[in-house]
Amino acid sequence: MSDAPKIKQSTGKGSLLARRIIAYTVLVVLIVISLLPFYLLIINATRGRVQAGIRWYPDQYLLDNFRNLFSATTQNNFGNVFRALGNSFIVAAGSCVLTVYFSALTAYAIHAYDFKLKKIAHTFILLIMMVPTQASAIGFYRFMNDLGLTDTYIPLIVPAVAAPATYFFMIQYMKSSLPLEIIEAARIDGCGEFKTFNRIIIPIMKPAFAVQAIFSFVASWNNFFMPQMILSSKEKYTIPIVLSLMRAETRIDYGVINLYIVIAVIPVILIYLCLSKFIIRGIALGSVKG
Amino acid sequence: MKKRKSISYAKWGYIFLIPFFLVYAVFSLYPLISTFVTSFMDITVDQGFISFSGEQEVNNGFCGLQNYTAVFTGEIGRSFYNTAVMWLLGFIPQIIISLLLAAWFTDLRLKIKAQGFFKALIYLPNILMASAVSYLFYGLFSQGGGIWTIINDITGYEGVLLDNAWGARSIVALINFLLWYGNTTILLMAAIMGVDTSLYESAQIDGANSSQMFWKITMPLIRPILLYVLITSLIGGIQMYDVPTLLATSTGYPGQSLLTLVMQIQNRKDASPGIASAICIVIFIVTAILGGIIFYVTEDRSDKRLARKRKKSAKEAV
Amino acid sequence: MKLKRFLAGTAAVVMATTTLVGCGGGDSSSKAGDSSSSAPVSEQGKVLNIYCWNTEFQERFEKFYVPNADKSVYDGVKINWIQNTNEGNVYQTKLDEALQKQQSASADDKIDIFLVEMDYATKYVNSDVAIPLADIGITEDDLKNQYDYTKQTFTNPDGKQVATTWQATPGLYMYRADIAEKVLGTSDPDKVQEQISDLDKFAEVAQKMKEAGYYMVSGYDDMYRLFSNNVSAPWVTDNKITIDDQIAKWIELTKEYSDKGYNHGTSLWDDQWNADMKKDAKVFGYFFSTWGIAFSLRDATVDEKLKDDGSNAKEGNGLYGQWRACPGPVPYSWGGTGIVACQGTDNQELIKDIMLKMTCDTAVMKSMTADETVQDYTNNKEAIKQLIDEGYTNPFLGGQNHLALLTEAAEKLDMSNKLSAYDQGLNEKIQSNMKLYFKGEKTYDEALELFYSDIKALYPNLTH
Repeated sequence: MSDAPKIKQSTGKGSLLARRIIAYTVLVVLIVISLLPFYLLIINATRGRVQAGIRWYPDQYLLDNFRNLFSATTQNNFGNVFRALGNSFIVAAGSCVLTVYFSALTAYAIHAYDFKLKKIAHTFILLIMMVPTQASAIGFYRFMNDLGLTDTYIPLIVPAVAAPATYFFMIQYMKSSLPLEIIEAARIDGCGEFKTFNRIIIPIMKPAFAVQAIFSFVASWNNFFMPQMILSSKEKYTIPIVLSLMRAETRIDYGVINLYIVIAVIPVILIYLCLSKFIIRGIALGSVKG
Repeated sequence: MKKRKSISYAKWGYIFLIPFFLVYAVFSLYPLISTFVTSFMDITVDQGFISFSGEQEVNNGFCGLQNYTAVFTGEIGRSFYNTAVMWLLGFIPQIIISLLLAAWFTDLRLKIKAQGFFKALIYLPNILMASAVSYLFYGLFSQGGGIWTIINDITGYEGVLLDNAWGARSIVALINFLLWYGNTTILLMAAIMGVDTSLYESAQIDGANSSQMFWKITMPLIRPILLYVLITSLIGGIQMYDVPTLLATSTGYPGQSLLTLVMQIQNRKDASPGIASAICIVIFIVTAILGGIIFYVTEDRSDKRLARKRKKSAKEAV
Repeated sequence: MKLKRFLAGTAAVVMATTTLVGCGGGDSSSKAGDSSSSAPVSEQGKVLNIYCWNTEFQERFEKFYVPNADKSVYDGVKINWIQNTNEGNVYQTKLDEALQKQQSASADDKIDIFLVEMDYATKYVNSDVAIPLADIGITEDDLKNQYDYTKQTFTNPDGKQVATTWQATPGLYMYRADIAEKVLGTSDPDKVQEQISDLDKFAEVAQKMKEAGYYMVSGYDDMYRLFSNNVSAPWVTDNKITIDDQIAKWIELTKEYSDKGYNHGTSLWDDQWNADMKKDAKVFGYFFSTWGIAFSLRDATVDEKLKDDGSNAKEGNGLYGQWRACPGPVPYSWGGTGIVACQGTDNQELIKDIMLKMTCDTAVMKSMTADETVQDYTNNKEAIKQLIDEGYTNPFLGGQNHLALLTEAAEKLDMSNKLSAYDQGLNEKIQSNMKLYFKGEKTYDEALELFYSDIKALYPNLTH
């Protein structure tokens, strides 16, 4: 304050306005590109079977596509499309809950406690994060086969408990936002360790949970590789598998496929909208700061 | 006092680790070990032959580092280059834009309106299946597609971007950018919002401009999340698979220029499991090395800084 | 306390999982028996497992074979369709896995039928997993109406036919009547055929088309089958790849066509390739086989999507009625699906009945061709002959009887000694890599090197 004459007014109104204009322009461009795929998908869901080229405005086959998607033939060929939505939801929700909870628990273990193998455990988890999924995929299938777990949801949901990337996020988040003093305070209050985690730590981690929940839900929802490898009964198929079968037809009906993709995206958008409130609310309440 | 407490609670650390390690050991470790072992075996499976007796598989047993040499030479070796190029082409714009957006959104003075609206929308592409987006972009850029037509109308250029190595790679990078920039922005925003606003206020009073505040306050304090973003993007980039595969299936990769490492694994896993396994292991080692470098460059300092900050605020609290 | 309960819970889950292992799976109650010919089975299995990659066969099966309303059960046997996509070779990978387990699988889990595409049929035909038709009880007499070339495709090195198909897929050259009138002065199929009756004449007409501002064909891959179906030896003999003269000729011809502008430079199934079938497009003709005419061409060439009630299936809707068919410069076939009975099946009687009805029975197959939604060109000479004699005309082709042309073409086909087990990959890779040469992006040698490199990844046991 005593250095008043030296201060450069680099935050004058003019440059602020210029920066605002740049910001808004960039944002608008990005929004347009981001919404483009959705827009095109919706348009394509209104088009007919053969879709050559891009169309920028709706066509008239939306009802047709609806009828075909829910027709008896489609049910017969690919199983009930609603059931596939339900199956995808079971797998995605299951994985998401397990991943988020146990990654946080594991990160908490490393962050809050001091024990001999702490560094090793942390490094080990980070190392296995670097292993490509393909490395264990093939052996994984054979192993599940031997255990008789193929064509069940167990191999698709249970492994979500061990999610190194989510662990990594949680621990980084804890490093910057979870001071150890809180834990000590809870202990003084006589709170058990497990209870401390569930009652005190989890609420603080809400924004991190919300963020990772969306990511892992979406990843599981869109996953084609694992479910296709494990599942073989039509009633258990998830959405990506059903889509791949629809694309294998001799007379591929792109109108129906695109409509199905649009329908399949809606639950995810809804979940995203629900969770995004948590991110913003949690942060706004300042429960993040130490 | 602190020392006594941490020893008595240490066992909880071990206990909380159990679910993770147990599940990992059962579901991932065993297959991983078998892949590791396979990478040293010379196994060829004849794809044109099938019999009940399994004769199509010819297992010549242990072959030392033969598979690994194959990984670094020839077309598999080129895949390192392809993967790196496509990753960087997409990631560099991605991190720049994400940092920019995160900074703008959290800049109190810039006051971007309708932030919630913008934030919700930029994340949306990540929700779509990579295959759906790739299909759409393929349609846009292929001969007769929307964007091709626009370019053709304006410049008369008849070439198809997808047929050209760099064109195809750029489109892959573009799709990757589109799918992931929202994700990165949100993460960085969550991190930035965790920074104490009083720091910015006092800096402002001291006469710092936006750029200085960004580089000297924001960046260091979001290091942990930034590190997370860098590492996970690196991992995602090295393992890039679904987008180039979809573009490639439609046209056949223009002279193998879209072939990424994981695509090589997928292509070979049936016929040459030994080589496919070796590629997996190599990817792991490369990722670990690069990851290690990134860690070393960022983590150490951030940890020390954080410790210093804690000591400082502890002192000031007194 | 809570933690102990938590631990106990986890342990219980793990134990439960491993217990399930002990109980389920591994039930090898019935043996496969030896893999050579099997005696007629008196006890029918309860489940018929059919491996397929799409619903094509399922639709025909349910429409023309299963009489009852509940299509999932026939004669007390549950029909189980195990469908895996062809993308990423998933279908064959899963089929091969299941085949490895066939001999130890339980009766209900055994593969009974699996389907194969022409391009990789040889792999299964030449193996010990298929049951020769004779061993199932299907005689030469039963198969007498099948086109020779389909029988050749499915005959193993011992001379036994091991698979059968309900469809024949000979191909024709489809051309636009309006453009023919303009440039050649006639759209009559016989007259047009005279002008393109061999490849040299075909090229001459291509030149005429070019001068009038049209393309003779749309894409680079359009003419591939004309050559690949007429090679003098298979792609692979004794694990060695040889590029047949015909393939070399195709490369040369397509390069010439590309350089001279006779083709539009599109790729099969692409947007532009599809768009070239529309009214305002400039492509004179396409090579299509039976199903291509009935579906690919018809669906793409109309402006307004064809309604189920057929009300807009008439002239004026795009190019409906403006296409004609003629044999083209060279006879060829394209596609087709074979039905194979798998060794170890417990439903042999049922499979025999299915095969007889769907691939040998004249009446059934005739109704398949006549059916509007199916329109398969069935593998039954007698059935087709009857339809032609009854005055078959195709409104889509302006009333032309293209069945007669297809019959002629099918008779000329000879598939003996032309197929290898590696055709799928080789055909695909030669086309995709040579495209770079056609477009001028790579030289011939570079494209060839890429081809061999792609093949080495797919089939490491092959040499060149």
